[in-house]
Amino acid sequence: MRRLAANPMALAAGAVLATIIVLSAGASIFGRYDPNVGDLANVLLAPGGEHLLGTDDAGRDIFSRLLHAGQTTLAAGLLAAAVAITIGTPVGILAGYYAGRLDSITSWIANMILSLPGIIVLLAVRAATGPSVWFSMVVFGVLLAPSFFRLTRTAVQSVRNELYVDAARVSGLGDVRIMARHIFSVVRAPLIIQTAMVASVAIAIQSVLEFLGLGDPLVPTWGVMMADAFRNVYLQPLLVLWPGLAIAAVTISLALLGNALRDALEDGQKTPKAKKQPKDAGKEAAGQHGPSTGAVEASAEEREHLISVTGLQVGYPQAGGTLKRVVDNVSLHVDRGEVLGLVGESGSGKSQTAFTILGLLPETAQVAGGRILFEGEPLLVAGDDVRNRARIAKLRGRGIGYIPQEPMSNLDLAFTVGYQLVRPMRKVLGLSASQARDKALELLATVGIRHPERTFNAYPHEISGGMAQRVLIAGAVSCEPKLLIADEPTTALDVTVQAEVLDLLRGLQQRLGTGMLLVTHDFGVVADICDRVVVMRQGTLVEEGDVRTLLRSPSHEYTKTLLASTLEGKEPMTMLGLERAK
Amino acid sequence: MLPFILRRLGAGIVLLFAITTITYVMLYFSSKNIAHNILGEFATPEQIAAKQAELGLDQPLFARYADWLGGALTGDLGRSWFNSEPVLQALSSRLPVTLSIVVTALLVATLLAAALGIAAAVKRGWIDRAVQFFSLAADALPSFVIAIILVTVLAIGLGLFPATGYVAFGSNPSLWLASITLPVLALIFQLTASSAQQFRSAIIEVRRRDYVRTLRSRGLGEREVLVKHVLRSAAPPALTILSLQFIGLLGGSVIVEQIFALPGIGPLAIASTTKGDIPVVMGIVVYTVIMVIIVNLIVDLVNGWLNPKVRVS
Repeated sequence: MRRLAANPMALAAGAVLATIIVLSAGASIFGRYDPNVGDLANVLLAPGGEHLLGTDDAGRDIFSRLLHAGQTTLAAGLLAAAVAITIGTPVGILAGYYAGRLDSITSWIANMILSLPGIIVLLAVRAATGPSVWFSMVVFGVLLAPSFFRLTRTAVQSVRNELYVDAARVSGLGDVRIMARHIFSVVRAPLIIQTAMVASVAIAIQSVLEFLGLGDPLVPTWGVMMADAFRNVYLQPLLVLWPGLAIAAVTISLALLGNALRDALEDGQKTPKAKKQPKDAGKEAAGQHGPSTGAVEASAEEREHLISVTGLQVGYPQAGGTLKRVVDNVSLHVDRGEVLGLVGESGSGKSQTAFTILGLLPETAQVAGGRILFEGEPLLVAGDDVRNRARIAKLRGRGIGYIPQEPMSNLDLAFTVGYQLVRPMRKVLGLSASQARDKALELLATVGIRHPERTFNAYPHEISGGMAQRVLIAGAVSCEPKLLIADEPTTALDVTVQAEVLDLLRGLQQRLGTGMLLVTHDFGVVADICDRVVVMRQGTLVEEGDVRTLLRSPSHEYTKTLLASTLEGKEPMTMLGLERAK
Repeated sequence: MLPFILRRLGAGIVLLFAITTITYVMLYFSSKNIAHNILGEFATPEQIAAKQAELGLDQPLFARYADWLGGALTGDLGRSWFNSEPVLQALSSRLPVTLSIVVTALLVATLLAAALGIAAAVKRGWIDRAVQFFSLAADALPSFVIAIILVTVLAIGLGLFPATGYVAFGSNPSLWLASITLPVLALIFQLTASSAQQFRSAIIEVRRRDYVRTLRSRGLGEREVLVKHVLRSAAPPALTILSLQFIGLLGGSVIVEQIFALPGIGPLAIASTTKGDIPVVMGIVVYTVIMVIIVNLIVDLVNGWLNPKVRVS
């Protein structure tokens, strides 16, 4: 409730709606004239004076007529909504709860009703039963019932199998009691929201019918007023404004209220929007965390490396306004031709570090500090926009390549493999279509695909995981980058395929002389192809060193634990992490 | 591909059959006084009886329906009870007008919804909130209120567009455009609103996918990734919503044609249902359902073209 009150749109909509309801309900008090009695001496008067909104073509006071019409219009809308709820809700609850045949039959009927052309049905009914606002609203309620039916049915289905319902059943509560108590509480909120929407639609449709002359012309409603006004639009255009505004105000307010209700009832859905940090704020934040970043110029040593990351801090804003750091003061570097392993458990921040280098973090991420240099040139400084830095955009593909983890989800299923290889090469290297195609086929052969042409023409869902990973590797090296960032490239593959892919990576790396940053949690992979290793834990760097030293004699406790947790050469059925007795 | 189309058409025929049956039954109960209405106040009982026999009104429901169905299956939708004009002819002479505004509205709404959805999804911030507000408001506001405001302000008030009347494309393209502008404008609000929301959420979701990130990592520009890749995967749910809203569009066109005095199917629908001219009403129902089936089929085909994986299922 409080959340609702805090929403300015909801307050405005609620206020408008309340005003209209009050005015209409008190039509006899607020409107001084009889809505049906006209004064032919005073037709089509402009607003002002005796008549607040003027008079219509029969000399009736518009304001009084508007208010009385409001009573009828609002009541009719309510009637349609009431009928829809009364029919749709219980049937939906029953269908959801008992399922089976009852469900199939009622669902089919609901879909049938939804397929009927509404206006035509209402017109047909009117032809059969004569003009009556109330009857057509009842029929309209029937037409709208399926939406409530679906709503309640879905809600019931989602809780039917919850344990507490089973428990209630076991403890002997009758079905009706169960439904009333547990299920109704789930269904309550969506019902209220839907009612607002349905009432809005009912009023709209009702007005349409009356406008077409199919209502009862003796009963003033806003739709009838619109029809009268439109008939005289050349004589007094203002006439359409009042009922038009009334209808618009009510329908829009109901819709806004319904939507605000939905927002208010969804907890914690709102995460703070990623604000574009002004550059100064970023540098400020960087300066707060020690003198080693931001304020100090990059050292000559940093510039020597192929890529050098210094004091990197990356975080995500939380609901309370704090920044949750996933990369906290991380420094590492990769030299030309060397393979650096970045090791850690899930959640250690290793992938986040890799994405930061590539500028591929999600929009909500913020770089709170640190800098990255690539070939001596600044690639990222504190406060930079994480996604769209011009510097990184130029380097993607050409300077730095990326091999993703999950082969199948990293290819666009709507395009062929060949297209996804060729297009980046044409854009980044400027090759012609046939040049790019030849190169792509060559690459596919290099990565060990046996029928390059067939794979080239295939769609991603037509090739296997191992082949897809090779395709992704081919794509990553296609523009001959100087640095390759491989994000757990073998994790999603079978063990045998893993070995092949690792051989492939090592071969490529040695042949092309690329530097490689290999993110992994698997020490076996590290031992296989890395030259140096860096260990991360919960966002911080824990140990660093060349591969043999670190694997044989790790210095940090955490590294020791990690190494001890592998299954290589272990006695079966022993506790992991304990020293062996021998 | 072909089996898919055939299956959809088959399902469509079943739907057509079911809806026409239900509608016919409903109309049957409203046809008691038709002969009287046709002949007028001063008709004698003999004249009424003769008219009833002529129109087959003394037959039982099943016989009448079978009669109509038999005719419809061979392409003969009967004649109007009031002016004896063949129903098929009445419909086909008016269809181009309605199609002009309905198809144009559908195309314009799709493009507009895509643009708004992209803006809201990519820029976020105040544009996002504005698009959401617009979607809510435009969806709720009845199209006839919009139409009347447009007529009053732009046509009668400022004289920028004609308030009534239709000019065929064949006779004068620019006048045709002028005559359909306001009607199309009135119709696109509700269509655009719901579809824009759908585009927005689909684009937000697709942009989060892994392959979008990988494509960017290869050096492809943001715009190319957005339009060629993201939009292609995000479009199907939005297009599906458009096709679901199509029924509402047809209903809206009825009113809009009435307001702008366009000689389309709308005024025919209103006149025939008010008077109880059953052959014409049935013809209109058939036309409506067929249009819905065709539009749904087209949208399904477009979705299949956009996303090859969908084709398999």
